[in-house]
Amino acid sequence: MDMSGSYRIGAPRQAVWTALNDAEVLKLCIPGCEEIEQTSPTTMTARVVQKIGPVKARFNGAIELLNVNAPQSYTIKGEGQGGVAGFAKGAADVTLSEDGGETVLEFEARAQVGGKLARIGSRLIDAAAKKVARQFFDNFHDHLNGKDPPGD
Amino acid sequence: MSTGIGARVQRKEDKRYITGKGKYTDDVRNESQAYAAFVRSPHAHANVNGIDTSAAMAMDGVIDVLNGQQLTGDGIGNIICGWAITSKDGSPMNMGAWSALATSKVRYVGDAVAVVIAETQALARIAAEAVEVDYEVLPAVAASDKALAGGAALIHDNAPGNLIYDWEIGDGAATDAALAGAAHVTELAVTNNRLSPNAMEPRAAVATFDECDDHYTLYTTSQNPHVARLVLSAFYQVAPENKLRVIAPDVGGGFGSKIFIYPEEITCLWASMKTNRSVKWTSDRSEAFITDAHGRDHITTAKMGFDAAGKIVGFKVDTIANFGAYMSLFSSSVPTYLYATLLSGQYNIENIHCNVRAAYTNTVPVDAYRGAGRPEACFLVERMMETAAREMGKDPTDLRRANFVQEFPHQTPVIMAYDAGDFGANLDQAMAAADVAGFAARKAESAGRGKLRGLGYSSYIEACGIAPSAAVGSLGAGVGLWESAEVRVNPVGTIEVLTGSHSHGQGHETTFAQIVAERFDLPLENVSIVHGDTDKVQFGMGTYGSRSGAVGMSAIVKAMDKVEAKVRKIAAHVLEASEDDIVIEGGQVKVAGTDKAMGWHEVGLSAYTAHNLPPDMEPGLKEGAFYDPANFTFPAGTYICEVEVDPETGVTDIVQFTASDDFGTIINPNIVEGQVHGGIAQGIGQAMLEQVVYDDDAQLVTGSYMDYAMPRASDVPSFSVHHASTTCPNNPLGMKGCGEAGAIGSPPAVINAITDAIGSNDLAMPATPQAVWNAIQAAK
Repeated sequence: MDMSGSYRIGAPRQAVWTALNDAEVLKLCIPGCEEIEQTSPTTMTARVVQKIGPVKARFNGAIELLNVNAPQSYTIKGEGQGGVAGFAKGAADVTLSEDGGETVLEFEARAQVGGKLARIGSRLIDAAAKKVARQFFDNFHDHLNGKDPPGD
Repeated sequence: MSTGIGARVQRKEDKRYITGKGKYTDDVRNESQAYAAFVRSPHAHANVNGIDTSAAMAMDGVIDVLNGQQLTGDGIGNIICGWAITSKDGSPMNMGAWSALATSKVRYVGDAVAVVIAETQALARIAAEAVEVDYEVLPAVAASDKALAGGAALIHDNAPGNLIYDWEIGDGAATDAALAGAAHVTELAVTNNRLSPNAMEPRAAVATFDECDDHYTLYTTSQNPHVARLVLSAFYQVAPENKLRVIAPDVGGGFGSKIFIYPEEITCLWASMKTNRSVKWTSDRSEAFITDAHGRDHITTAKMGFDAAGKIVGFKVDTIANFGAYMSLFSSSVPTYLYATLLSGQYNIENIHCNVRAAYTNTVPVDAYRGAGRPEACFLVERMMETAAREMGKDPTDLRRANFVQEFPHQTPVIMAYDAGDFGANLDQAMAAADVAGFAARKAESAGRGKLRGLGYSSYIEACGIAPSAAVGSLGAGVGLWESAEVRVNPVGTIEVLTGSHSHGQGHETTFAQIVAERFDLPLENVSIVHGDTDKVQFGMGTYGSRSGAVGMSAIVKAMDKVEAKVRKIAAHVLEASEDDIVIEGGQVKVAGTDKAMGWHEVGLSAYTAHNLPPDMEPGLKEGAFYDPANFTFPAGTYICEVEVDPETGVTDIVQFTASDDFGTIINPNIVEGQVHGGIAQGIGQAMLEQVVYDDDAQLVTGSYMDYAMPRASDVPSFSVHHASTTCPNNPLGMKGCGEAGAIGSPPAVINAITDAIGSNDLAMPATPQAVWNAIQAAK
């Protein structure tokens, strides 16, 4: 599954970059994120609950930042095990560009699912991934503008 | 009303099925019942570097978590394929090791790596989720042609290039020469889509170890409990045969998928011994999609040559068969001796050559599914005939007739010797019933409504009555394929028939009783059929390949011959008459032309009281027989499908489906018609709806009924079913078999009809509305 998009975020690029590298901010903004822990400057572990169609799973995963070119771009790579639900893994190339006082975030993502997620949820993955991405960026935009989403 | 051969008797077993009182494996609950849940790989191909069971073991209610190292360490053997196929270079097939629980590597999504035994099914499943497996993911391949192409991931070390065998049949040079000299050659590439079997009852197993007697009892969803016991004992070393009882009680459909011995039964037996508990596993539908052996999955290219008059001169076929990640029990025979031997179809073809390459892939193992090889052969031959007729501008029925085998017996160049048939009679009957003469008017009427109407034929032949033991032995089978029966006349004259055939929907309790009631002229309710228990029935090869009539009932007839001989002797002795004058009718055993008679029950009583038997006669009235068929049987017929396609949407409506079958002798028309209806529905499912799909990473993406489309009542028409029969000369009842014909004969009729309607021959199964619409657009 491939997906790409672009979002305009009402904050300067350096602020966006800093937030994108902050585990606490990511925890607040990733939908269903229960826990995230920075294990090194470029690695984190996370626990995320996601529901895709009829399959609900708690993913325990690792996140890694690659190709870091502050404050312009990085590749964020994640892999999560969802128990009997299967697994999900993916990567996104994220680029930030300045536009006035705001920032345009563009991303190109590739994702793969396996196990029950693929068997039962495959035709729902695209829609679910787009929804999760949109929620994340909405939350992220709101966070940088002082409006954090309600907790789970 | 007659209840004998040919009578439309209501099925004796239906009361319990219809009222929900059937006794299935999952209905078995033992005193010490525990439940198994399998930990299955979400990856298509991975090394297993470690299994952490600590979290699962710590859960309340978890009895044990067992893995493949323990299983193989206890001496449980690998799962084997029981039919040896030799490659054309003389080398044996490359069978990779298959442990019931993977030891170091998983090879398809669903491969089991561990099993949790817990107090309840829910607990077992929750604990299975807590087992952490360290997988090292490897590249995977799902398509057979890609698996055989260079550079694909290697699935088994002892199968280089993922090739299991490269086999051929027929004379390649002669076929090439015939094609070179042909006036017309038709080339065709077809894919036979991969199917999931979907029996109504999912597979299940309840294994109970008795430590006092060192004895195991296994209830399981099997089409052949004796074969299961044989294989579990001889190859998997679970227990010696005298220490293992296998019971297959009511079984809710099999379609081939319950022939095979799977990892789950083996694991439950072993786990019962390890935990000293009765262990039950019941598949759910999701698990069934990734554990029940799939069917079909052939990729084929073929050429058929004709002379100027339209006579077939040669047929050359090249097929790749997808075997999945492991070789299932009869997998090797399906694309070889059950497929290539039927490539002559109903036609007199002098030169046939077929090459088959079998490939390992990272998918669920593939084995026999209703028809098993014969649907693949029929689809190829009948698509070829229709395509060739279109290319040569001939009427497809004329082309078939010009090539029909007319004289019997007929030896084909691919082993089979057809013993009887009248192919023209079936074609005539089907054409009359389908009102082919009125088709042009119906097509014009459809066109007036903007619809495309098409007519498609399929003149199928298949081989049933599997099989003469010496013949299949010479071809590599690991077992003989005879059947056994025992006819027990009780002291009160009622009869029990113990049969090695197994009924999982076929209605044996009715049809088998009918032949006994007819033979001894007794009420049907006086005859009971016993099957499915290795402690009751001495031995049997089970039910598959439409063999229960031609082989199973023949064994009953042989046993009845012996019973009748003894009855005559007893009656002649008691009534002081000649054996030759004894007549059995109306519940009596009489002396012809006199008023001397004794009741049938009195003969039984005489046999057991033994007060007045002929000198040297043993008491009792019970006889057994083993019947080994002399030949395969050859059911055949013509199916005609008429469709109406909406060119705007590609939606296809089957407006009429006509069948004319030659099944030989028919015992119960109700049951035979039911078999034909079900078979055609499955064939229409394959042709228009069903397909197992793997993505590029070998992940199964059709794992539920949201994505795997089964035929529903609204997808099929009211079938028009007819019979024009010839008698099979090779078994005592003249039967041929009817269980698979519908699924074998129908797919090409459907695709021939749709391609006729849309005027384009380029259409693969399943012909979904999208596929049909695309074919219409591509042809514009």
